[in-house]
Amino acid sequence: MSTTPQRITVTLNATEIRADAGQSVGAVLMGQGIKAWRTTRNEGKPRGLFCGIGACYDCLITIDGQPNQRACMVEARDSMNIEGDFDA
Amino acid sequence: MSTQTEFSFDVAVIGAGPAGLAAAVAAAERGAKVVVLDAGTQPGGQFWRHRPESVIPEPDGHGHHGWKTYLDLRARFDAAASRGMLRYLPNTQVWMTECEDAGRFVLRLTPATGTALEAATVRATKLVSCTGGYDRQLPLPGWELPGVMAAGGIQAFIKANGTLPGRRFVVAGTGPFLLPVAANIAEAGGKVVAVCESASLANWLPHLGAASGVPGKALEGAEYAGVFAKHRIRYRTRTVVTEVLGETSANSVRIAKVDADGAVIAGTEQLLEDVDVVGFGWGFTPQIELAVALGAETRIDADGSLVCVVDDRQASNVPGLYLAGEVTGVGGAVLAVAEGLVAGAAAATGEQPTAGTARQIQRHRKFAGAMHQAHPVPEKWDDLLTDDTLVCRCEEVSHGEVVHARDALGATDARTMKSFTRTGMGWCQGKVCGFAVSCLSTKGNDDAGAEQASLAAFAKRPVAAPLTLGEISALDSRQPQDS
Repeated sequence: MSTTPQRITVTLNATEIRADAGQSVGAVLMGQGIKAWRTTRNEGKPRGLFCGIGACYDCLITIDGQPNQRACMVEARDSMNIEGDFDA
Repeated sequence: MSTQTEFSFDVAVIGAGPAGLAAAVAAAERGAKVVVLDAGTQPGGQFWRHRPESVIPEPDGHGHHGWKTYLDLRARFDAAASRGMLRYLPNTQVWMTECEDAGRFVLRLTPATGTALEAATVRATKLVSCTGGYDRQLPLPGWELPGVMAAGGIQAFIKANGTLPGRRFVVAGTGPFLLPVAANIAEAGGKVVAVCESASLANWLPHLGAASGVPGKALEGAEYAGVFAKHRIRYRTRTVVTEVLGETSANSVRIAKVDADGAVIAGTEQLLEDVDVVGFGWGFTPQIELAVALGAETRIDADGSLVCVVDDRQASNVPGLYLAGEVTGVGGAVLAVAEGLVAGAAAATGEQPTAGTARQIQRHRKFAGAMHQAHPVPEKWDDLLTDDTLVCRCEEVSHGEVVHARDALGATDARTMKSFTRTGMGWCQGKVCGFAVSCLSTKGNDDAGAEQASLAAFAKRPVAAPLTLGEISALDSRQPQDS
């Protein structure tokens, strides 16, 4: 039935970590215990996943140099560079 | 330049969830040349969201309902694509719809993620919009803390990733949807500390006739009862979360019993500690802005949602525009598939649904109406809000600011509130706060049409998804050549 997941390596704020292929960027971060990776413009409050399906834009993050990507929508790929407001 | 590529089709279908898949299949099997645009990277929508097929090529459908229906639709979808009758454009969001003089629909596209896009513009003679919906939210103290998620967001996380977004969960709000969310969490190995349903299940008593018309739903309910018993999940009715607590992320919740109006009953408050994920869902908000932008007629459904009006062929008042699924009224996947099949067939050939299909749709509509009446948004939900409670998460607008704008500045509808306070002007464009802002703005207004007018004005968003200035400057505004 289920096969052993392929492993990938991604970089979280310059720290390399291993993750299962097929997970969203949001899931990879949550798997590392990182619940927030953005701070709000006005009050500097932490934000992470909220709607989980691309509607709310709370989980925005920079992926491979491209800002404002939705972490809940982007599938993590090998050698992906993920940068945000979090401690890896 | 590739972004100028021109694609022309008989029927464009927006969305590849239950309604969109059904519509696409029905149209393509009747000989129409179909394009399907979807923000997801693989078909299924939110209801049949599953792990990436690049990693799990043959998903077993565990934790899903109607998986056989999905497999059937998917096989027909793939077959139509391989026959060259169906073009599938995943990872694609429609940011604007227009109707040209010739009556053709023009859809402007942007990538959902990344920058790659197969076509910047698609044109089609008929349009079937099956854009679904998302969890309806109500603000409350602490709902902006990381760890607070939409109930559907938790479910999507489990379905898409095969992991959990935390350890100990509280699921709260109203409606039968809270049950599968809690069941999915428990079966994935998470602890569901409580499910808080604001309504009383006695609300169903006047609707047993409508409920018996759709026996499958009762079976589904019994299935959840089994899962709840097995995992010892506490299902609390007439109970709401009054506050989420935590410094940098959620760590506990306060709950309380409420009366029939949703007012907290003093002395019933309780603190649930060691909770790291709180999932909220107050029914769903249909995503109707693309249809509204084209001029589709709207109405307020039994659940208070603004939905689009369709006839028995799922046709809207806009010639050539058909609508199926949650956009015509939240009613679940079985209904969405039935409506999609009707809409796709009508868009391709103009045909009428069979009497059997029409009856099935009626039965499910009736059930949905009963469900909405049994699980209303509590009348006094805003009693929980303090001045500091955030109402608009994107622009960080507080309840105090909203109330001031309403009472002192006369912002008595959501659109005026938007101009005065910036509610709904951030990234999500009011998708999250729109319903609550509209309720708060029109509060005290006895005019029956005020709520609809407020929601309808708010839903009018010609630009339906954020996009870059570069994409606008690259727009191809040339007149289309006849093809």
